[in-house]
Amino acid sequence: MKAFSYERIDDAAQAAARAFEVPGSKFIAGGTNLLDLMKHEIEVPAHLIDINGTGLDDIVETDEGGLRIGALVSNTALGADERIRRDYPVLSRALFSGASSQLRNKASTGGNLLQRTRCPYFYDPAMPCNKREPGAGCAALDDGADTRQLGVIGTSDHCIATHPSDMAVALRVLDAEVETISPEGQTRRLTLDEFYPLPGDTPEVESALEPGEIITGVVLPAPVGGRQRYYKVRDRASYAFALVSVALVETDDGKGRVALGGVAPKPWRRDDADAELGNGAQAVMAKLLDGARPTEENAYKLTLAERTLAALLAKE
Amino acid sequence: MDFNQSADENLFDRARIIGKPHTRVDGALKVTGTAPYAYERHDVAENPLVGYPLGSSIAKGRITRMDATAARSAEGVVAVITALDIDELPRPESNVAKLFGGDIVEHYHQAIAVVIAGTLEQARAATRLIEVEYEETPGEFDLDDAWKRLQDRDVVSHVGDVDAAFERADVTLDEIYHTSSQSHAMMEPHATIADWCDGKNLTLWTSNQMIEWSRQGLATIFEMDPEHIRLESPYIGGGFGGKLWVRADAVLAALGSRETGRPVKVALPRPFIFNNATHRSGTVQRLRIAANKDGRITAFDHSAISHTLPGGSGEDAVNQTRCFYAGENRRVAHHAIDMNLPESADMRAPGEATGLAVLEIAMDEMAEKLGMDPVEFRILNDTQVNPEEPEKRYSDRHFVECLQKGAEVFGWSERNKTPGSRREGQWLIGQGMAGAYRGAPTLDSGARVHLQNGRLIVETDMTDIGTGSYTIIAQTAAETMGLEMSDVDVRLGNSAYPSASGSGGQMGAASSTAGVYAACVALQGEIEKRLGIESARFENGRVVAAGTDLALGEVANGEEIVGEDTLHFGDFKDELEIGTFAAHFVEVAVHAYTGETRLRRTLSVCDAGRILNPITARSQVLGGMTMATGAALTESLNIDTARGFFPNHDLAGYEIAVHADIPDQEVIFLDTQDGASAPLKAKGVGELGICGGAAAIANAMYNATGIRLRDYPMTLDRMLDRLPGA
Repeated sequence: MKAFSYERIDDAAQAAARAFEVPGSKFIAGGTNLLDLMKHEIEVPAHLIDINGTGLDDIVETDEGGLRIGALVSNTALGADERIRRDYPVLSRALFSGASSQLRNKASTGGNLLQRTRCPYFYDPAMPCNKREPGAGCAALDDGADTRQLGVIGTSDHCIATHPSDMAVALRVLDAEVETISPEGQTRRLTLDEFYPLPGDTPEVESALEPGEIITGVVLPAPVGGRQRYYKVRDRASYAFALVSVALVETDDGKGRVALGGVAPKPWRRDDADAELGNGAQAVMAKLLDGARPTEENAYKLTLAERTLAALLAKE
Repeated sequence: MDFNQSADENLFDRARIIGKPHTRVDGALKVTGTAPYAYERHDVAENPLVGYPLGSSIAKGRITRMDATAARSAEGVVAVITALDIDELPRPESNVAKLFGGDIVEHYHQAIAVVIAGTLEQARAATRLIEVEYEETPGEFDLDDAWKRLQDRDVVSHVGDVDAAFERADVTLDEIYHTSSQSHAMMEPHATIADWCDGKNLTLWTSNQMIEWSRQGLATIFEMDPEHIRLESPYIGGGFGGKLWVRADAVLAALGSRETGRPVKVALPRPFIFNNATHRSGTVQRLRIAANKDGRITAFDHSAISHTLPGGSGEDAVNQTRCFYAGENRRVAHHAIDMNLPESADMRAPGEATGLAVLEIAMDEMAEKLGMDPVEFRILNDTQVNPEEPEKRYSDRHFVECLQKGAEVFGWSERNKTPGSRREGQWLIGQGMAGAYRGAPTLDSGARVHLQNGRLIVETDMTDIGTGSYTIIAQTAAETMGLEMSDVDVRLGNSAYPSASGSGGQMGAASSTAGVYAACVALQGEIEKRLGIESARFENGRVVAAGTDLALGEVANGEEIVGEDTLHFGDFKDELEIGTFAAHFVEVAVHAYTGETRLRRTLSVCDAGRILNPITARSQVLGGMTMATGAALTESLNIDTARGFFPNHDLAGYEIAVHADIPDQEVIFLDTQDGASAPLKAKGVGELGICGGAAAIANAMYNATGIRLRDYPMTLDRMLDRLPGA
């Protein structure tokens, strides 16, 4: 771990301004991912700005009938919130399928969105990784690499990492928006699709956040109702990242929405795939996974995604 | 004391304390976090410096340049020792890869430098400042390639005429199986505090299963008199064979202390557990079985390969096939292939765990081909002699009773016999079973006991790696001396104490307690001599003989009396097969759409001689079955065949079973005693539980799905296309 300076700032706008001003700044909230990465020197911030005092830890109702979730609301608090469990159960289920209770107690909503990939080559500083060191190359793309967990769609010739969040997959299916404030004090809202860029030839860029810009919260639109499910498939029963996860909102008229986790650099959803829901899992995946470029080792994810959705749609 | 014939009726048959369910004597220390583990020995080494290792980032080649200038001047750094600063250190016989020194790189994450600094953070940060240049050479990393290339495999043994038996047989099986490389992944990493400040006497507080082996190993490495080396390892947070020998933590800490003149502590970072330390090699195995249509096996033909660094022995998966089941003809072969992955070595039930994972699937397949119940098939092919050497009989083998008891308790007769036909909602339900065999070796073991004012202090270099050694040794001493458990203090894991078996090969329980028994008998002799009596009885805390009835605390007016002895196991044991046996029964659920597999219940029925303590023994079997669950379903050191290392080198990427994976587990011990094993008539159980467990799960999955998997771990991607879904 490299030496770093540390300060607490209790106002989001001031924190943003300060981060913009000090080169190499990072925000820290729960620290569940950042501290690990700092120990490996995968993250080497020169300055940490602790935002735990900013008060962004409420869940409040919006004028539109939705909820605004403060960036610091813990994964545990969010998943257990009565309104979330009643009106957005897919989100609650996604949250409780992730990590461990200890981690969920510390992990924040904003931090969850910004957690970094679990690609083993990203995690090994001796390996070339374009995310860690732009231009270094990608060990995961070499023949013989261990790619069973890695991405099958939305990837590029520079990076095939996945985004590891469960929460973000549920937020994507719920059409949630990320709310931010800039160093100049400007606020904006981004859909999850806008928030997460694809890697292309800049896999080190993992969000649309501008320098200093800070997540203040996540806004859920009014409840969409329907039958909501989150199915996370993994090798062991707990404490593992998804091989594939499916977030599903299914309404009585046979319509609905589907988002996938564990397959792409971002929560994966397409409107034209949603439109196929009435035609079954195969039809949905034909659209949703169109253009997939799996490796030999992870091609099973295409089958698994379809079968997982089929399990959710099955009336048994 | 010599153990030259099978034990007859003796004092342990009283079973006043031996065999009773005593809770762990060190339990309170463990659950309160106050048992001092090696890295936390602040009581013995105040303010130690901290060492952090740097591992090679290539698998094979040589280092052409190292520049530690920046690291040496980094904040807090006291010393940096690079591999180019010293000659290659000599290797003990048991270590295949070198531990440190010289320019040659033999495997990924081989230690090539250590930074010694004031804090862990300073040391770790400075390792990143060391510049290294390599000249890389191509290596061999792909076991399947080796299997394809290999024509002539070493025949270990060939009895009868296997080829003729296969030609004659009514029913035959011939299949290829794979097992993955596995990591011990113990909770406590390898860790050592070393004090070599005077450059003469080296003391290590370390985490090690085998004190004397390691003391001798260090003497070889540092070319010094073992009398100048002291090791202490009283508490060990898991070993599973990964801590049988000296590893880089001990060597780097010692070098650091000699260099700086201060105590130095080094723990291997978690990724080093996978690529710097040892692991269990993966295997490719071909297994052929021939049988008559009545179900009697006529031949086994089992060949396997595993990987090793040049000079090692790999994972011998065929050994148990030589003796477990009847059959006149058999041929086994194991070939350890020289490859350039990290060092493969012993892990819990080395050989048997991977060999039985395959043999017991093959037995299930064979039973099906024969149209027989797999339990009945095994009973029919039981043997009471080593089939390779029929004059060599099993000393005490109750495998059939394990099978029968297990079938009865599990409800085996109720099971669905048509694979893939029992469904609950989206889950396919299946039941399977497997047999288990693990040898029961023993090693000469010594101990010293002190009687001080009626309290008994036991000292032996035996270790407790979480197994319960403290407790069973206290039970043995209390039983022998007629004392209560509360009268006995046990001190372990110190090279100043008499040498015992250590913890490995499930030898510890039977061996070390025998040594403690011998020392107690020596003490009794001393007491008799002191009192001038003969044939004394030791009971109720008193020594009783003709004309004498004295509390032990009053012997010699409370002056200390010491007894010391080593129990030597005699050659007569070589004339016998001494083993442990089990039958595992498992119920699983496999998701019909996704292939997720979850255990529902397990039952293990074990025949392992006298069970010294049913609580700690049960824990061993549960742990073995838990580890078998990992081996069956999730654990795999994935190999990057381009770069030659295990990329999933942390506990997120290498998936051991977690609590949610483990359902109701039941263990039944048969009430057996094996006088040929040891004076206490006990055998080991530490490795029995992992033997066969993975195959029981595999067979249950087959029963659930109708899909036969022959490659471990049996992850969902191996069967997804063949599952029914709706």
